[in-house]
Amino acid sequence: MNAPVVPVPAAGVQAVRSTKAGTRRRWTPYLLLLPGLLWLGIFFIIPLASLLMQSLQTPVPNGLAGQFQQTWRFQNYIDTLSQPNFYNAMIRSFTYSFIATVLALLIAYPLAYAIALRAGRAKPLLLVLVVAPFFVSFILRTIAWKQVLGAEGPVVSTLQALHLVQQNFTIYPSSAAVIAGLTYNFLPFMTLPIFASLDRLDTRLVEAANDLYAGNLVAFRKVTLPLTMPGVVAGTLLTFIPASGDYINSELLGGSVNTTMIGKVIDSRFLVLSDYPAASVLSFTLMSIILAAVWLYVRKAGTEELV
Amino acid sequence: MASPQTNGDLWLKDLTKTFGDFAAVDHIDLHIPQGSFFALLGPSGCGKTTTLRMIAGLEEPTSGKVLIGDLDITYAKAYDRPVNTVFQNYALFPHMDIFENIAFGLRRRNVSDLDKKVKDVLELIQLSHLARRKPAQLSGGQQQRVALARAIVNQPAVLLLDEPLGALDLKLRREMQVELKRIQMEVGLTFIHVTHDQEEAMSMADTIAVMNNGVVEQLGAPLDLYERPATQFVASFLGQTNTLQGTVVGPDGDFTVVDTACGRLRLPRTELTGSVALGVRPEKIEFAQTAVSGVPDGANVVEGVVTDASFIGVSTQYIVRLRNEQEIAVFEQNLLFGRRALVGDQVTLFWDPRHSFALAAQ
Ligand SMILES: Nc1ncnc2c1ncn2[C@@H]1O[C@H](COP(=O)(O)OP(=O)(O)OP(=O)(O)O)[C@@H](O)[C@H]1O
Ligand SMILES: [Mg+2]
Repeated sequence: MNAPVVPVPAAGVQAVRSTKAGTRRRWTPYLLLLPGLLWLGIFFIIPLASLLMQSLQTPVPNGLAGQFQQTWRFQNYIDTLSQPNFYNAMIRSFTYSFIATVLALLIAYPLAYAIALRAGRAKPLLLVLVVAPFFVSFILRTIAWKQVLGAEGPVVSTLQALHLVQQNFTIYPSSAAVIAGLTYNFLPFMTLPIFASLDRLDTRLVEAANDLYAGNLVAFRKVTLPLTMPGVVAGTLLTFIPASGDYINSELLGGSVNTTMIGKVIDSRFLVLSDYPAASVLSFTLMSIILAAVWLYVRKAGTEELV
Repeated sequence: MASPQTNGDLWLKDLTKTFGDFAAVDHIDLHIPQGSFFALLGPSGCGKTTTLRMIAGLEEPTSGKVLIGDLDITYAKAYDRPVNTVFQNYALFPHMDIFENIAFGLRRRNVSDLDKKVKDVLELIQLSHLARRKPAQLSGGQQQRVALARAIVNQPAVLLLDEPLGALDLKLRREMQVELKRIQMEVGLTFIHVTHDQEEAMSMADTIAVMNNGVVEQLGAPLDLYERPATQFVASFLGQTNTLQGTVVGPDGDFTVVDTACGRLRLPRTELTGSVALGVRPEKIEFAQTAVSGVPDGANVVEGVVTDASFIGVSTQYIVRLRNEQEIAVFEQNLLFGRRALVGDQVTLFWDPRHSFALAAQ
């Protein structure tokens, strides 16, 4: 490499050319990343920065409603987050979303398991059925749940007919109805990633576990579940994150101040009351908490501590 | 557990497995003594894996029985059997390190002294230094040894090995064969080794069962199977064979005389009558100096013309066309300088009649 005894011109040309190719190769990944980075920059980083700045603004003295100036007032955070209806909505959002995520996981895992490993030729059809709700708009589906859970709906009348509940029993509107709606609406997001990881699972490993004295339950806990953890993590994130910010379900199926989720609060602060700093504080806090929770969760899941 | 008198012999009794109306394993009877190295040899798709899976409890037999000693385990769950498997594809748990892979079976049974047992077996397979690696970070041969360790550490009554060397290159394969044999002698377990490599089966096993189309064609020690194959299939599956069609003439002392298109030939006394095939292995056949001299008394003699000779190092392989236009193979060790015969030479071949065997004619 360093000092060829006789410099051969051809080799020199070769070397130059290969260096050029090397440079090109080194830059190719960045070029390919460029559109994505631009997209992220324009539609995520810049709005995020402006949101952060907005959360530190105060009203213009003697100005009109909705007029704010940049004063970097960090006290905004304390003022906003100490208001009971705000932090209650925040806590409620995470509670609903957490319960819905757990329920969705409990429903989706067996469902995905059956489709991936037991369905045989019905597999494609069942998969289509899982995503079939997407053919109807989110709002319409949620409104439909009003009917399902309503006083004359099938759930309540069945329970009444079986004399399991009293005649004046209702589900809708309530927290339970909101959680049911969230669980239903995000179920496909939970099911699909879990299905994908179960579908890839090498079932011979389960046989190997059986062969090594593991009963079916132990084989599941020690082999199937750890190997499908990536699907579970993806599914729970895809459910928990959007469910935390969702407010369609709480609006349509809850409908009272006691079921309000944080999304609705932010929505009305921004669009109805034009209280931009408070709305920004809440948005930013919501996002930070979700990020922190996700970070902790992924770290734990990554080290198999969740199993 | 079986008591010492009834011991740990494995019995397959009239074992059958059908998929739809196809019999993958067709009424097999086998007795495998405790501590033996048993090989199941047969071509692809003959039912070897299916047989093993029924012994392991991963496949339920359609009919028949599996016993260890006099313990009937036909319908016992896989996790209840004193049987472990080294799978065709290893099936190591990718999310566990080597130590945990090996400890898996021990942990399930809360065995005491787990640490020491795993370390001992790691030493046996000479991989102690890699205990904390994940399976994906090992070479094929190392993974194979881990799969073996994961099974033998449980001291099962029977160890099943499903073509464990199939994925290895020839050199590593030979090394692992020696290693496997050493480990089997050291731990003294019953090994049932499935393979479709006849050399592997012959070099390792005490007893070989040759399977074909779901049935056991012949069972015996490697030498017996090779020297006295009972069927055309066994004869051709275990090495190369020449067969000459003929008719039984009658007994002659310890021999039976057969009339073939190339003259009267003799083979060890057989019960077969009428049309038979006389078989002889290519390496048993020798060249005579001339048509009249150099042929020992009582040898089987045939004449022909050399049509092909290929030098392959340790031996030269000739093709000789006999009088009836049939071509046979002859292997000669290269003991001489130069060739024994050249293409086109008229040659006289002979062999000891004890090296011939009778096969039912097809
Ligand atoms: N689950 C199944 N359903 C239907 N047929 C099967 C099934 N498992 C095996 N077979 C058939 O049974 C026969 C024996 O299969 P088996 O796996 O035992 O062969 P093998 O001797 O192990 O072959 P190889 O050397 O290729 O591994 C094959 O013809 C196979 O197609
Ligand atoms: Mg097989």
